[in-house]
Amino acid sequence: MNIYVLLKKTFDTEEKIVVSNGQIEDDSAEFIINPYDEYAVEEAIKQRDEHGGEVTVVTIGDEDSEKQLRTALAMGADKAVLINTEDDLEDGDQFSTAKILETYFEDKDADLILAGNVAIDEASGQVGPRLATRLGISYVTTITGLTISGDTAQIEKDVEGDVEKIECPLPLLVTCQQGLNEPRYPSLPGIMKAKKKPLAELEIDDLDLDEDDLEPKTKTLEIFMPQEKQAGRVLEGEPDAQVKELVSLLKNEAKVL
Amino acid sequence: MGETKESLFKGGAFLIEDLTGEDIITPEDFTDEHKMIAKTTEDFVVGDVLPKVDNLENHEFEHSVELLKKAGELGLLGADVPEEYGGLALDKISSSLITEKFARAGGFSITHGAHVGIGSLPIVFFGNDEQKEKYLPKLATGELLAAYALTEPSSGSDALGAKATAKLNEAGTHYILNGEKQWITNSAFADVFIVYAKIDGEHFSAFIVERDYPGVSTGPEEKKMGIKSSSTRTLVLEDAEVPVENLLGEKGRGHIIAFNILNVGRYKLAIGGVGGAKRALELAVGYTNQRKQFNTPISSFSLTKEKLGTMGAHTYANESAVYRTVGLFEQRMGSLTDEQLKDGREVARAIAEYQIECSMNKYMCTELLDFVADEAVQLHGGYGFMQEYEVERIYRDSRINRIFEGTNEINRLLVPGTLLKKAMKGELPLFEKATTLQEELMMMMPEEVGTETLEQEKYLVRNAKKMVLLGAGLAAQKYMQKIEQEQEILVNLADMVAEVYNMESAILRTEKAIQQSGEEKNNLKVLYTQVYVQEAFNRIEADAKETLIAVEEGDTLRMMLSSLRKLTRHTPTNVIAKKREIAAQIIEAEKYIV
Repeated sequence: MNIYVLLKKTFDTEEKIVVSNGQIEDDSAEFIINPYDEYAVEEAIKQRDEHGGEVTVVTIGDEDSEKQLRTALAMGADKAVLINTEDDLEDGDQFSTAKILETYFEDKDADLILAGNVAIDEASGQVGPRLATRLGISYVTTITGLTISGDTAQIEKDVEGDVEKIECPLPLLVTCQQGLNEPRYPSLPGIMKAKKKPLAELEIDDLDLDEDDLEPKTKTLEIFMPQEKQAGRVLEGEPDAQVKELVSLLKNEAKVL
Repeated sequence: MGETKESLFKGGAFLIEDLTGEDIITPEDFTDEHKMIAKTTEDFVVGDVLPKVDNLENHEFEHSVELLKKAGELGLLGADVPEEYGGLALDKISSSLITEKFARAGGFSITHGAHVGIGSLPIVFFGNDEQKEKYLPKLATGELLAAYALTEPSSGSDALGAKATAKLNEAGTHYILNGEKQWITNSAFADVFIVYAKIDGEHFSAFIVERDYPGVSTGPEEKKMGIKSSSTRTLVLEDAEVPVENLLGEKGRGHIIAFNILNVGRYKLAIGGVGGAKRALELAVGYTNQRKQFNTPISSFSLTKEKLGTMGAHTYANESAVYRTVGLFEQRMGSLTDEQLKDGREVARAIAEYQIECSMNKYMCTELLDFVADEAVQLHGGYGFMQEYEVERIYRDSRINRIFEGTNEINRLLVPGTLLKKAMKGELPLFEKATTLQEELMMMMPEEVGTETLEQEKYLVRNAKKMVLLGAGLAAQKYMQKIEQEQEILVNLADMVAEVYNMESAILRTEKAIQQSGEEKNNLKVLYTQVYVQEAFNRIEADAKETLIAVEEGDTLRMMLSSLRKLTRHTPTNVIAKKREIAAQIIEAEKYIV
């Protein structure tokens, strides 16, 4: 089976976000594989181990993205592709990303494409579905279970806490939700092997694209930090009085009633 | 490696050589693979070990075994094992990073360390092919677990005074071992023990003893102050039957094995100390940011900053020093042929070259951990005394580090002792340097110190080296061979030498980092270095003075003290201000950063 994983690097969940001049500072930030993409990598490896074939991890990013690709290779993926847009693309949005991937996948014969449900940074959840649409293949988002037999996938999908069971033919794109699996740590032998696994680097030029083809369809107007949470208030007195005060506060202060 | 470089890489050479940042290996040199190995270790510790800490602390050792096997699957037991025996044969930086990241697991890090270090390495270094073939592949996966049995009830520091005996049976097939080995880490579950005993009561030798051999048993679990997650019992040998082929190394040469393994144990404990200190600092700063008194987070008080700043600076200097030592192993092994690298003895020899560094790192880093753990508890106030807080366990776990693998006192005594031996053997021109120094000091004019970054620190470390030479030279002259009895002076010298190593390691690391990525990005490293060097210099000055006063008297003393004053003349750094700057960055990051 020809399996592909779409992977993005995101800020480490431990990082503090600092906004200055309307931009998120990423100078000294530590990056990780987007945690939802980790489920995708893990699932891809498991499916390959069961059905044979090859796992290719694809990312769009810069030189530093190699680190996350190597991590995926160390976990057990076979090949990695870095589409480096550092020098060519100043701005991009989900359209640009989907467009690049669409072009990349044009001549690929993918049976299964896995992506994260969302990236924890911009959390649009769009790239997977958009790509599948452009490629004309089925997609299922937020999956928590995947069993493949022959050309058919049995899928469990998370629907706001409920489970929906879907049967779907390959080729297929799925986006992965927490609960699908428990991503493995890259083992030390895996880390040492990853050094020798193929990692191809492409630029948009190699895909016959230029910046105009990728011009974003959206504009980011403003980036700002959420307001700091104020300390809560504890009401005192008899329960009756407290209820009255609460209702009055909800009405007059919070204006939600 | 050219000839000139070779001299830089001699153990103890730092005392007389002038080095630059280029000459040493620093944490900034770690590769992506190193970082990935560290990350996997950390993920394993946080994800798998920490959830089991309470079970481990309650001596439910089935979890230790299970966790070690899982560590084995990840490759975390095979870093120092050669590839042909199922290991990964990683460089020493990789295995050090594993050790550092395991530190957070408290007592379980001792379990892991005893298995991969003192338990497995005797076979890696000194086993013959059959022994390696038989044991190493299973030790690397965790199928077999190892322990190390040297200490006895009546022989601790005096390890060669062991009473355990071995006697060849009449058929010549087995050694019959008798004796009691005390405080054996991993003894509840270890399958293989490296045991020292005297053949015929006189030839100190090492044996590979399997748990299932007739006559081998363990005593009850000890009740300890800390590292409760690790198993500690007595190993009892009652006519234990050990096949002759399980003699490790040569008959009567057990001390060579013990000596080499101690070096490894020491630098690994040092790395663990740095890892533990980083964790304690992280807990301390996290707590002080969140804890409010007088409506103010206590991290805003300048006394808290003073503590955090000192903890940070000490951690930096010790981290720089211990990875410099690991780098030295690598540099030295880099000069070995593949053939030599396959011979475990050569690797052990490469490490043994740096026994001075291993000992210094051991006492400095374990005292770093004790200091940082103590301050971390203090910063937690009463909560730090409560067992719900991790810092309480760190404090208890820390204490043993100053005792095992050679007490810090024994390690201190070894440092000047070994330096003097090297000098007498002509390996280090210490006496020549000391003689020229005494002449130089007579004529010495105050030196103008430049204002460039680190200029002052380099000046201080140069003079600190001279103070060591001055003290050591005078003491050696006066006491000659009897210097061994002047333990207070030896310990003063050991402290001075170790402070020099730490200071210089911090300076060189910072210098190298500035060369690599500029001063602006390394501002915190500069601050750490300035603070540490100033304070270490003050300590060295006090030790030097005390030493001179003990060794000399009358006019000579007055002359020597005046020489000392020439060496200590400088405009001191404002450490209070610098610590505030350091603390501001640590408080912002909520952890130790560089």
